[in-house]
Amino acid sequence: MWSWETFIDAFPFIIKGINVTLGLTFTSYLLAIAAGFIWLMLESTPLKPFNFVIYWIREFIRSTPPIVQIFFLYFAWPMVPYIGTSFTPFVAAMIALGVHFSTYISEVYRSGIESVDKGQWEAAKALNFSRKDTWMKVVLPQALPPTIPMLGNYLIILFKEVPLAATIGVVGILSLGRTYGANTWSYIEPLTIVAILFLLLSYPSALLIRKLEDKLNRRFDKKNTKVKVTE
Amino acid sequence: MEPIVQYKDIHKSFGDTHVLKGINLDIRPSEKIAIIGPSGSGKTTIIRLLMTLEEPTDGDIIVDGTNLWKMEAGGDGKMKKANEKHLSKVRNEIGMVFQHFNLFPHKTILDNCVTPLVQVRKMSKKDAVELSRQMLDRVGLNDKYEAYPSHLSGGQKQRVAMARALVMKPKIMLFDEVTSALDPELVGEVLEVIRDLADNEDMAMVLVTHEMDFALEVADRVLFLDGGVIAESGTADEVINTSDNPRLQDFLRRFRDA
Repeated sequence: MWSWETFIDAFPFIIKGINVTLGLTFTSYLLAIAAGFIWLMLESTPLKPFNFVIYWIREFIRSTPPIVQIFFLYFAWPMVPYIGTSFTPFVAAMIALGVHFSTYISEVYRSGIESVDKGQWEAAKALNFSRKDTWMKVVLPQALPPTIPMLGNYLIILFKEVPLAATIGVVGILSLGRTYGANTWSYIEPLTIVAILFLLLSYPSALLIRKLEDKLNRRFDKKNTKVKVTE
Repeated sequence: MEPIVQYKDIHKSFGDTHVLKGINLDIRPSEKIAIIGPSGSGKTTIIRLLMTLEEPTDGDIIVDGTNLWKMEAGGDGKMKKANEKHLSKVRNEIGMVFQHFNLFPHKTILDNCVTPLVQVRKMSKKDAVELSRQMLDRVGLNDKYEAYPSHLSGGQKQRVAMARALVMKPKIMLFDEVTSALDPELVGEVLEVIRDLADNEDMAMVLVTHEMDFALEVADRVLFLDGGVIAESGTADEVINTSDNPRLQDFLRRFRDA
């Protein structure tokens, strides 16, 4: 039976886990955003066989479930000879989720870069831009804004995957909800609280992303409207 | 006078298609050249090779005394494929205007000109803005500095593209069918700028164009490209009135009729 009393009692207990849940979300997301670029760079070296190997490693990571990777990093990695080392549950989950999502995010980057017109590369070359300036001044400023909605969606998806870390003992809101249930034999209220917290964080984020998207779409016009008025 | 650009037996294939079959061409400094010819004859490819957008399959291009696509490998005088550093050095002397403008859509038209000056020419921002404004004024866009390309007409975009290429002060300027993507009523304003440049600038200019009358009017020399070779070359008058090349006569006739 639903009890508001239990609900009110469970809430402060569970909310304590929000730091860990959000902390894991953001750290693994930052890792994913950075590593997404690294995949692209590793896959476009002049060394074709190397690129090929990287492609398959990335494909492998993307096609295996994140929870297998979390388990591998936490339980199996310490046993790997020479390079193996043990991680805290938080770090293992962060690396596993970060690397897993980086494989999706590198695809997002790729689609953004491919959407940049070939003529832009040619113009950059004709003006004799360096390789770095071609990327930084011409290609990425055009390639990245359209990917922001996709990147935002992956942040929300990642956020919803973070409870997987509970399986290796990362104490976020889900773990605390379950602990509360186990201690009191009331599961309905604490797990409802966990669900509501996820909803409260994901839904506004989705709205925010939509807003950002609109803003980006209008970006190139802003100054121009002013010019038009003065004409 | 020493030519500023020399094509020496240049060949270019795309897959099985042999587009250029031995181009030999000297361009003198400040010479204005128009390249005409049927579509698919490789006109655009000729200038894209010089801009380093395509690599020749065979032959040499010499720019201002330097082999563009090859460099000395070591002390033994042997040549190997040019690296990016070498290409970049030669590329500094060449500018290009494209059929589809290729302006940077995320930058104002002023920044389209300022960015390459600051990044490539290492000019101070202040000087770059000053020079860019002068050049935009010259092409008749003094009221549009802060506008974005998406809000300009095709003719205005192409004039910005010319200003952007001009601020870099190239010794050789390439025009790749720069009026082909424009509405007919906008062609004139772009040609006017080119005419101004042809009359008042020292740089060599190579125009690939379908604007036959214009090409014949501004060019010191007209090349008729056909079947992957320069089939005819001479002053406008020579090419039009004295050439008995039947393919050229046929090409010109079709243009008159169109």
